[in-house]
Amino acid sequence: MAETHAVQRSSMAPAEAWEPRIIAFLCYWCSYTGADNAGTARLKYPPNVDIIRVMCSGRIDPEFVTTAFAHGADGVMVLGCHIGDCHYIAGNHKTMARMPLLKRTLVDLGMEPERFVHEWVSAAEGEKFARLVRDVTEQVRRLGPLDWPQRLVQRGVGTGMGREAWGH
Amino acid sequence: MNANTESMARTGKLKIGMYWAASCGGCDISLLEIGPHILELAAAADVVLWPCAADFKYRDVAAYPDQYIDLCFFNGGVRNSEQEEIARLLRRKSKTLVAYGACATDGGIPALANTTTVESIFAASYLDSPSLDNPARVQPQPITACEFGELQIPHFYRHVLRLADIVEVDYQIPGCPPQAERVWTAILALVAGELPARNRAVKVACTDKAVCDECPREKRKVRIKEFRRPHQALAEPGWCLLEQGFICMGPATRSGCGALCINANLPCRGCYGPSGAVTDQGVAMIGALGSILDASTEERARELIDQIVDPVGTFYRFTMASSDLRGSR
Repeated sequence: MAETHAVQRSSMAPAEAWEPRIIAFLCYWCSYTGADNAGTARLKYPPNVDIIRVMCSGRIDPEFVTTAFAHGADGVMVLGCHIGDCHYIAGNHKTMARMPLLKRTLVDLGMEPERFVHEWVSAAEGEKFARLVRDVTEQVRRLGPLDWPQRLVQRGVGTGMGREAWGH
Repeated sequence: MNANTESMARTGKLKIGMYWAASCGGCDISLLEIGPHILELAAAADVVLWPCAADFKYRDVAAYPDQYIDLCFFNGGVRNSEQEEIARLLRRKSKTLVAYGACATDGGIPALANTTTVESIFAASYLDSPSLDNPARVQPQPITACEFGELQIPHFYRHVLRLADIVEVDYQIPGCPPQAERVWTAILALVAGELPARNRAVKVACTDKAVCDECPREKRKVRIKEFRRPHQALAEPGWCLLEQGFICMGPATRSGCGALCINANLPCRGCYGPSGAVTDQGVAMIGALGSILDASTEERARELIDQIVDPVGTFYRFTMASSDLRGSR
C-alpha cells in the first residue's frame, strides 16, 4: 500500500434524520434480474439500498465489503444465484465459502452479524428481493448508524495530532 | 568495501539512525544480520541514534539541525505519545525516513491489540495475569503526584498506528523481521539514490508478487478437505501447504523473504503484509481460501470454515493497522 488510507466521512445526514445506508452487490444473471423483477411487479421496498451490479457473485471480492463498511456503509448485502444456477457454473461456490468466512471475521471484529447479509436471489424471486431489502433495512435501522469512519477518527487514524490519548 | 560504500565514505560520512517504537527489538537485531556488511556500513556511516545499541539521548537528536540524519530507520508501530513525538522529531531531522519492519509498516503483532480495548489490555497486564503479585491493584497512571511534584509517563493510545499514519514516510521495508540480504541491497540503493521518489511510502527490499511466486512447492490442484494447524500434523515436504489444509498466507502476502517459513516446512504467517495487488491482506486471504475449499454444498463449506481457529488473528496477524477496518469496533 503506497499511500495512507484517506478516511472518508460518510455522507450521512445529522442523527435525527439518519437513514440506514446499505450497499448491495448483485450478480447480473440472477439477483439483479430479480431486483428488476421486483420493479416490474411494482413491489414496494425502502430506498435505502444502493445496488452495485457485478457479473457474478464470485466476482465480489471480500474487500468490496470491508471497503464499503470502512467508507461509511451501515449494512452490506451480497446476493447471487442459488447454488446450481450459476451462469458461470461454479462462481457462486466461491461466494458460498467466502461470505460466511468474511462474516465470521466481521463478527470477530465486533460488528453485529445483522449488518452483513449474504443470500441467494434467483431471477424469478423479485418478491424475495423486496422482502430482503425491507428486512435488512429494518434490522440495520434498529442497530443504528455504524459510522466506521468516525470511529477511526476517534481512535486517531488518519488525523495526525490531537488524538484522544488513554487516561485523559 | 564496494563502490557504493566507497562513494558514501568519500562524500563525507553518512549519518544513520535506527529508532524503536512499539516493537520487540527483533528489527534492531535484523539490521545486525547483514553480517560482515556491518563493518562496511560502520566505515561509511556514523550512527547518530540507535537506542538499542548506542547511548544517544532524545535531547541530542533535538539539538541536531533539521535534515541532519541522512537515513533513519524507524521500527515499531506508534502506541503512545512518546513514540508519536519521536516519530515527528525524526521526520524533521531526517532526509530519508524509512518504516522498517512489519510493525512500522502495517502495525505488526502489537496492532492485534486493536481488536480489544485499552482497559482489557491493562487488566490482563496488571490485574489478572496469574503470575502477578499486585494486591493493591496498582495500574500505571499518565500523571502521578509525589512529594517532588508531578511525574508523567507517556500517554497510552487507544489504537496502534502505523508510522505512515503519523508522518510522511519515504520508504517502507516490510517483514518480521526484514531479511538482511535484501535490507543491505536496499541500503546500497538508498545511498546511491537509486530508489523511486520519496514521500510515497513505497515498499522496498521486497517484490510486488505473492510469496507463492517464490515458493518451491508443487501444486497438485487439489482442494482443501480439512484444515489443520502446524501442531496437529507434520506437513508433507514439497507439496503446497494450503492444499494440505494448513493455512498458509502465501497467496495474500508480499514476497521478499525467500519463502523462509515455507522452506522450514511451516506455513507462511504473512509478515511481509499485503502483496502488490491487494491492499487488505486479511480479506485477500479470505478471497483466496474461498476459491479452494472442497465443498459443493453450503453445509460442507460452513463445516470447513468452522474448522478455522481465530480468523482475525490468522489473516491479520501482521496487518491490522493497515487493514480496511483497522481494528475492532
